Amino acid sequence: MQKIEVNLYRYNPEKDRFPYMMSYSLDKPKKDIMVLDLLNMLKEEDESISYRRSCREGVCGSDGMNINGKNGLACITPLSSVIKKNKIELRPLPGLPVIRDLVVDMTEFYAQYEKIKPFLQNDTEAPLQERLQSPEDRNKLDGFYECILCACCSTSCPSFWWNPDKFVGPAALLQAYRFLADSRDLKTAERLDDLSDPFSVYRCHGIMNCVSVCPKGLNPNEAIGEIKDMLLKKKKNIIVSDG
Amino acid sequence: MSEILNSKNIQTIEFDALIIGGGGSGMRTSLELAKSGLKTAVVSKVFPTRSHTVSAQGGITCAIQSADPNDNWQWHMYDTVKGADYIGDQDAIEYMCSEGPKAVFELEHMGLPFSRFENGRIYQRPFGGQSKDFGKGGQAARTCAAADRTGHALLHTLYQNNVKEGSNFLNEWFAVDLVKNAKNQVTGVIAFSIESGDVAYLKAQATVLATGGAGRIYASTTNALINTGDGLGMALRAGFPAQDMEMWQFHPTGIYGAGSLVTEGCRGEGGYLINADGERFMERYAPNVKDLAGRDVVARSMVLEILEGRGCGENKDHVFLKLDHLGPDVLNSKLPGICELSRTFAHVDPIYEPIPVVPTCHYMMGGTPTNINGQAFITKDDNDHVIDGLFSVGEAACVSVHGANRLGGNSLLDLVVFGRAAGMHIQSELKSGGGVNSSSDEDIDEALLRLNKLNNSSTEFETAKVKRELQECMQNYFGVFRRGDYMTKGVEQLKEIREKVENLSIKDNSKAFNTSRVEALELQNLLEVAEATAIAASERTESRGAHAREDFPDRDDENWLCHSIYDPQTKELSKRSVNFEPKEVDAFPPAVRSY
Repeated sequence: MQKIEVNLYRYNPEKDRFPYMMSYSLDKPKKDIMVLDLLNMLKEEDESISYRRSCREGVCGSDGMNINGKNGLACITPLSSVIKKNKIELRPLPGLPVIRDLVVDMTEFYAQYEKIKPFLQNDTEAPLQERLQSPEDRNKLDGFYECILCACCSTSCPSFWWNPDKFVGPAALLQAYRFLADSRDLKTAERLDDLSDPFSVYRCHGIMNCVSVCPKGLNPNEAIGEIKDMLLKKKKNIIVSDG
Repeated sequence: MSEILNSKNIQTIEFDALIIGGGGSGMRTSLELAKSGLKTAVVSKVFPTRSHTVSAQGGITCAIQSADPNDNWQWHMYDTVKGADYIGDQDAIEYMCSEGPKAVFELEHMGLPFSRFENGRIYQRPFGGQSKDFGKGGQAARTCAAADRTGHALLHTLYQNNVKEGSNFLNEWFAVDLVKNAKNQVTGVIAFSIESGDVAYLKAQATVLATGGAGRIYASTTNALINTGDGLGMALRAGFPAQDMEMWQFHPTGIYGAGSLVTEGCRGEGGYLINADGERFMERYAPNVKDLAGRDVVARSMVLEILEGRGCGENKDHVFLKLDHLGPDVLNSKLPGICELSRTFAHVDPIYEPIPVVPTCHYMMGGTPTNINGQAFITKDDNDHVIDGLFSVGEAACVSVHGANRLGGNSLLDLVVFGRAAGMHIQSELKSGGGVNSSSDEDIDEALLRLNKLNNSSTEFETAKVKRELQECMQNYFGVFRRGDYMTKGVEQLKEIREKVENLSIKDNSKAFNTSRVEALELQNLLEVAEATAIAASERTESRGAHAREDFPDRDDENWLCHSIYDPQTKELSKRSVNFEPKEVDAFPPAVRSY
């Protein structure tokens, strides 16, 4: 029977002074399985292993982790697509404090999300029915509203590692653009003002890790580009009107 | 040995209202309470946007008169009553269908990114069991959709608006058991922070169970791993009843092997099922509406095809859902999520090939019985007595709008309509001086018993193994088709499984993010739900809606046009009358249900 070797990041704050890598050897599964299935098999052997999981189909965003060096969702990553020489290494998402094993503290990530005011703002009186929106305007949200907040993108971003408190990060910027792009939202100017400091958006240097890891195939870099564009146009307009 | 927890060594945190569960219904309730000034908290074992509402795909059914300006909520009500095989409460169904448009428009105002028609109105698609003019006017298109990611859009929108209103969340906290006082009033829950392991008594005047379903009692389910019926488990352990627990919906199209849901919206958009001969077999079982018959009808037809040897694949154990004729444009714009799931889990691209599917456990029609205000109750001699302090909403509750079979798209509507209603009721009740008496230290200690026992148990019973036994038992004996002698076996087997479940042991006693402790507690909840299901299913001696018995193939209105009420203290089943008294319209009398 062929074996596979799983190297797993372990840390239990009650027992371990430092994190360490632990190696597990398993029979190679007969059919291709997802990385989450692999973790579930390991947990049956060693129940002290901790990780988050919920939907097991790539829509809830619980099980983002670093798989052989690249962030992804364990539940939709086939083992065959990542395993190399029968070895696989699983680590927590980089750059966030580790609570235990593969579980990271996402407080800072969520704080950036809340900072961009991730809700529709429209103070006009609501009609008795829905607010109308043309299919063309609605299409502008495609590729932006589908984010599942798994944090794979932000935690793969060196700019976010440097300034997790000041750089909004790709995930929250994607959300920021989702509302900037929504024809029903009326706070475009205020939203842009909130993002106009040197850190919030401008710390993005187009490294594109966010695009390469997004498990939903979204493009935060495009959203960031659009925001920068809007900021630039807004600034120009102000100069023009001043002059 | 772990320290024995008691009322003296744990913290007490006091709230006005406590909502257990951060999915669609819980967050709709909390949103209603956020503006009230009441001290409220949502206790969720996962970050709210990881709740199972996120997996809902096809949409939210509601007569908003967009696809059809002449649509009528009474037609929706008729479809729902018929879909429920006449044991849905008609006052509740009337409330849901008539209040629905308001609730859906509110969601749109909150920012939910619905798909749109050319005129700018919300896109609606056809779903199973929908009709115009009380079944006489042909297929309706009543399901409001955000592509095939409506649940995701809805859940995120609700979370975003809770952020906007400053709702208070206890994220990654696990509720263990209800605390009751001597008057049998519910005064909050014992819960612990999963991150730190610290246990607290969360004291409240109103405790809302919004914990969703428990599809994980079955081996094959569309449900998330977290759907373990925690609220219902707590209620049953506290001695409170459950209603219609035999009614479990098997969704016709779960991906073969993986269990992931493939929305009914696929068939709404024109997809259909085929057997090994390539035949569109639903034409035989439901000549009028074919693939858009009720889910129970379609699921049974699929199983019959497989049993009669016309299943697909090497083992002839599934059928195919054909979508390729819809073309890449429709698939990419209306069903992008399905394309993604099929490629990942079935290794097929629906643009070119059909998706292998089988009926898969999907939804719990039963639950804690409640009235329209979300108040849980106990039934004695066919009279309902409200349980002070206890509420339930969403899939965890049985209000009952789904009866014996839920219509597609009615689940999301249920969440927002009754989440909102419960929030409004709690607000007015607490503001007018309602509430509960305090619990004594002994009451709190009693609610800590289960956790103490688990923490100090050292048996050989391991969660993962026992869970598999439970799931296989339910799958084998309480599936799409049921039989008395098999079910008796299943009930016996569950007794043995109970011994193990009550004596589970965890090897890892650490506090911080100990997911094996959580999983053991979840399995104990699953067992309570499974046992209620098994006993209710064995005792309902008829076939109705999702409950199909080979030994009692016909509906029996004389004896069973009623709810079943399972009493966890005696493990006995009693009957409760169905409501046939809607307020504004005439009741729909039971009729033969054909599609």
